Amino acid sequence: MALLKVVDVERCVGCQLCMFACQRRLGLGGVMQAAIYPRSRGGLSRGLTVVVCRGCKDPSCASVCPTQALKPRKGGGIIFLPQRCIGCGFCQEACPLGAIFWDNENNKPVVCIHCGTCASYCPHGVLSWEKEAQEC
Amino acid sequence: MLEHDPLRHVLYIDLSKRRFWTESRPELFEKYLGGVGVGAVLLEEECPAGVDPLSPQAPIILTVGPLNGFYPMASKSVALFKSPHTGNLGESHAGGRSAISLRLAGFGALVIKGASDIPVAVSISSEKVAFMDVRALWGLGVGDTGRILRERHGKPGARSILRIGPAGENLSSFSCVVTETYRHFGRLGLGAVFGSKKLKALIISGQRSLPVRDKKAYRQSYDYLLKQILDTDSLKKYHDLGTAVNVLKLNAQKGLPTRNLKESCFEKAAYISGEYFAEKLLGRRLACGHCPVACIHLAALRTPYEDEPYFYKTSFISYDYELIYALGSMLGVGEAEGVLKILAQVDDLGFDAISAGVVLAWATEAYEKGLITQKETLGLAPSFGDVDVYRAMIRHMAYPANEFYKKMSQGVESVASHYGGLDFALAFGKNEMPGYHTGYGCHLGFLTGARHSHLDSAGYSYDQKLDVPQMGPEKLASLLFEEESYRQILSSLVVCFFARSIYKYEPIAQALRAIGFDTSPDQLKELGQEILRRKYRFKMREGFAFESLRIPKRILKTVSPHGVLDEKFLRQGIEAYKNILLQA
Repeated sequence: MALLKVVDVERCVGCQLCMFACQRRLGLGGVMQAAIYPRSRGGLSRGLTVVVCRGCKDPSCASVCPTQALKPRKGGGIIFLPQRCIGCGFCQEACPLGAIFWDNENNKPVVCIHCGTCASYCPHGVLSWEKEAQEC
Repeated sequence: MLEHDPLRHVLYIDLSKRRFWTESRPELFEKYLGGVGVGAVLLEEECPAGVDPLSPQAPIILTVGPLNGFYPMASKSVALFKSPHTGNLGESHAGGRSAISLRLAGFGALVIKGASDIPVAVSISSEKVAFMDVRALWGLGVGDTGRILRERHGKPGARSILRIGPAGENLSSFSCVVTETYRHFGRLGLGAVFGSKKLKALIISGQRSLPVRDKKAYRQSYDYLLKQILDTDSLKKYHDLGTAVNVLKLNAQKGLPTRNLKESCFEKAAYISGEYFAEKLLGRRLACGHCPVACIHLAALRTPYEDEPYFYKTSFISYDYELIYALGSMLGVGEAEGVLKILAQVDDLGFDAISAGVVLAWATEAYEKGLITQKETLGLAPSFGDVDVYRAMIRHMAYPANEFYKKMSQGVESVASHYGGLDFALAFGKNEMPGYHTGYGCHLGFLTGARHSHLDSAGYSYDQKLDVPQMGPEKLASLLFEEESYRQILSSLVVCFFARSIYKYEPIAQALRAIGFDTSPDQLKELGQEILRRKYRFKMREGFAFESLRIPKRILKTVSPHGVLDEKFLRQGIEAYKNILLQA
């Protein structure tokens, strides 16, 4: 399965097109449901970073979910089953990257599904969406 | 407008009573879209006739528009106020994150009234408005203020921090408001209005989602606009060299104001050109929120400390054409590093760079001519190209050290009216001249534009593209009026003017339809004119008269690419513009 990758964060100019593209998958404006988050490293003079799911093979977020709303996805990352989610927020706490975002409007986590939409809108070569090399 | 679109909410903040409330005003946004369209109405409502711009009664209005948060390059917000610099219409636009943050906090406009008795910062989000005591930050520069607030308030990427420096606190009439370190509500003195209200900073946080009427049409409109943006050559230039690309172009045309426009061509232009900056100093490029162009160019300036070997500091300073003109060629500074040193200081103290450069250029010439002496300058001897003296003078303006520097801090019209030298005081409608001496188009644009800025109607581009002397003043005036009217629509949406070749009336109407605003290209065209006329109504109410516009003699002396300019042409152009404006 393909995974989203941040290939070179130094190329990021902070245009946020990835974040808006992620939101637009749902046909909405704004950013509340976006699962990718470009931000400065403490003031724009220090450059930018992009916070997004790395597609862990053994994801911490899924380990701490008390209702199995997050399930490890084949090839890395997770699958989110919103009907099971009670909105406890443990997953958000557990992710060491801070890559689980929160949808305040629905009180549910926002997780990357590695669909690659954001990468196709990145004009500056920061993101890529590629198939994982087969493990031997 | 869609029922759940939060654009309709106007947030009112009263700094005197530390109160805030929201009013739902959908009809306002349905009719005037947002940005300057809505802002001009709110200014009429909130700003009493003849009010002192620095009194508690004078409002600050900050607006965004329907396209912010939806479409690429809709990345600007608009501030409207009464300008302490001109005593008339104050309007300034900024990029950064301000527009997205305010729109996604769930507001279309913000109205700030009253004045605080102690320095405050106001934090705005979807949930609440908080007033914070920032007495400890009063007196700090723009950089430190931003750093301190950033560490404690809001989430990076989802907030905007608007702040002033000492120039604004000390009420310089051309002090600016800085947002995200590198973008500015630059012109016409919004910084002083903040300062007069003891408002050190505004922190706006927003991350909402926004409703769409037709998802498919929205995605189509988006992809169409983005493709145009990415495929347009002129926008690539903004990314590659940035607006600084204009230095060599204007110099080659002999339209680059140099040494207080004693000349229009700078022999050292190659050392302050966009090419030079990009090759030797460019350290980073940045974008405003939701803009792929990334026109913000940061120079990495490495300066050694003198007291210790191998000890350096590296500062990132954003440069653009207008700043290089104002603090470079206009001051005869022919080294990029020198321009950056002046710029860093102008920025941190919180001055508008264009006005600061033009005032310093006047002072240099006034000193040459003996209108002012070292008694006024406190022992400094300004001469074109002297970076250190300019830096010292800028400091004296921020903390006005005597009556002379106090007058300097109120702009070139003010200081020259007192000490003489109005003939070479380069201001139009009291606003300092932008970096174009390209012919009749630019100057008629500065004179007639509602903000007296190059951004009103871009007259310089007519100078460069058309045979302006041939077409005559009437035709030129009508082109400027048309362009300025169209730009009212862009600044109501609020779309960056750099996207003007893409956001034409038809694609705008389509983009709006997908998110619930029904309008046609013809209606948009009419609306632009209506907004412009409304702004002029405000100007007239506050005492503006076309007849009393001063044309600085200097622009008629120094040869332009159109040859020596004739005052009669400009006067006829002003008259023609006035007639177009006052019809209907």
